[in-house]
Amino acid sequence: MSMFQADDISVRFGGIRAVDSVSFDVQEGEVFCIIGPNGAGKTTIFNLISRIYSTTSGRLVFNGQEFTHTPPDRIAGMGIARTFQNIELFPNATLLQNLLIGRHCHHKVGFLSQMAFLPSVRREELHHREKVEDVIAFLGLQRYRDSLIANLPYGVRKVVELGRALCTEPKLLLLDEPSSGLNVEETEGMGFWIEDIKKDLGITVIMVEHDMALVNQVSDRVMALNYGKVIAMGSPSEVQSHPEVIKAYLGGDLEEAA
Amino acid sequence: MEDAARILQLVVNGAAAGCIYGLIALGFVLIYKATEMVNFAQGDIMMLGGFVAFSLIAKFGMNYWVGALLAIVITAAFGYLLDAVVLRRVIGQPQFAVVMLTLGLGFIFRAGAGITWGYDSVGFNTPFTNKTVNMGGLIVGADNLSIIVGTLLLCVVLFIFFNKTRLGVAMQAASQNQLAAYYMGIPVRRIFSLIWAISAGVACMAGILLSPVSMIDVNMGSLAIKSFAAAVIGGFGSIPGSLIGGILVGIVEQFAGYKLPAGFQEVTANVVLLLMLIVRPQGLFAERMGKRV
Repeated sequence: MSMFQADDISVRFGGIRAVDSVSFDVQEGEVFCIIGPNGAGKTTIFNLISRIYSTTSGRLVFNGQEFTHTPPDRIAGMGIARTFQNIELFPNATLLQNLLIGRHCHHKVGFLSQMAFLPSVRREELHHREKVEDVIAFLGLQRYRDSLIANLPYGVRKVVELGRALCTEPKLLLLDEPSSGLNVEETEGMGFWIEDIKKDLGITVIMVEHDMALVNQVSDRVMALNYGKVIAMGSPSEVQSHPEVIKAYLGGDLEEAA
Repeated sequence: MEDAARILQLVVNGAAAGCIYGLIALGFVLIYKATEMVNFAQGDIMMLGGFVAFSLIAKFGMNYWVGALLAIVITAAFGYLLDAVVLRRVIGQPQFAVVMLTLGLGFIFRAGAGITWGYDSVGFNTPFTNKTVNMGGLIVGADNLSIIVGTLLLCVVLFIFFNKTRLGVAMQAASQNQLAAYYMGIPVRRIFSLIWAISAGVACMAGILLSPVSMIDVNMGSLAIKSFAAAVIGGFGSIPGSLIGGILVGIVEQFAGYKLPAGFQEVTANVVLLLMLIVRPQGLFAERMGKRV
């Protein structure tokens, strides 16, 4: 039984089918990568999974539970976290505060107790702080702990966003172009973290990525999209040598290319 | 000595008026920070809140404290519904649509209040009406003092709320980045409606505090223009800024009324605003805003 299933999902914006009858499933513990040229619908699939967009048709299933119509603010609580291609952090807050917000869906103490700052609130806050410190240690962010996000370099912010997603204790992590905007070393570092996330934390990953070296390094299976349709699925090498994929990236006629 | 006492008197009276401006400005700022909408009906919501309190206390004979609390709750609920039913629909529309909508709502509220409660000024008995407090020789009206103390208490409560509770932090998060807030499991739309509720509740409290000083009438909301000046002076986006801006306007206004020829008092808020825009256009407590792309 697969952990996540997208069953024939489609979304239409006006006359454009951004995602067209896409089906795939992700097994627990794997890194599943979505590739494709610009505008292929990769990020749109992420927006559908995180319920910011609604599917026109099709079903989304997570751990045997359908969530095609779940409101977007429940997704984190279900155990699905996400990062963004262009980084969506809380810019006027510190790194620590950003990570603590990641704990939002795990708060249990009531509102009035919080206003009164009862001992139960203190215990809970300490617990969250420990969880956050674990993530800070895992990603080596100690020296930026109290910096405002607005003052951090791009590469660090990218890691902070990954950290915030980890703070929600996800079972499934969606990474939208984790290497975009990073230099070669930073991309390598990101690759190691993704491997650690899979091996040490046991988190399943769905990733959209352009950097083929990173795709080859971390992914178990790859799905290639073009114009909203699946054109190939399989191991990284299978997909990259698939004629449709070569055609999508290089353009031109298939016969000519062959 | 006579002069010093006089000056202190003016400061206290000005601070009291300024707290009212500040409370309305606070409502502007809360809504603006979260949703980037400017609610021009804020003053009229204060007026509605005042009338609700009048109905509960003077008409139904409720105890002042119970009636005031209930009026704040009712007005807050009204603010919540206003966002959930009306304003949520214009999110994403041009700013101007929001301006026209809230201005229009203000007209509707005034007309509705006129039909319901009439166009005469009304008031109700409060524990602070026509009483004075002698503070070491300085005679202060209990009504003015209650405004200042009430505002300070509210500030403490709001500070704890926004910094210590999950809901308050979620509100801060939602106003910094809506998309990211969704992914952290924050129900952004409901949070925005709750912010409208808080703004309306604060406006109602301002109306209740103001009622012993100046009566409640349909046009009392027009003082929101001065609050708007206060919010801009404070940096339009800063909560302490809006209160300090309000108090500044209130005090300057009192002194203008005392020292300058008649008529100046009414324009001082805008004079201060103009000076501020020339000297420090970002306001007293400007937060660094804007997203790098």
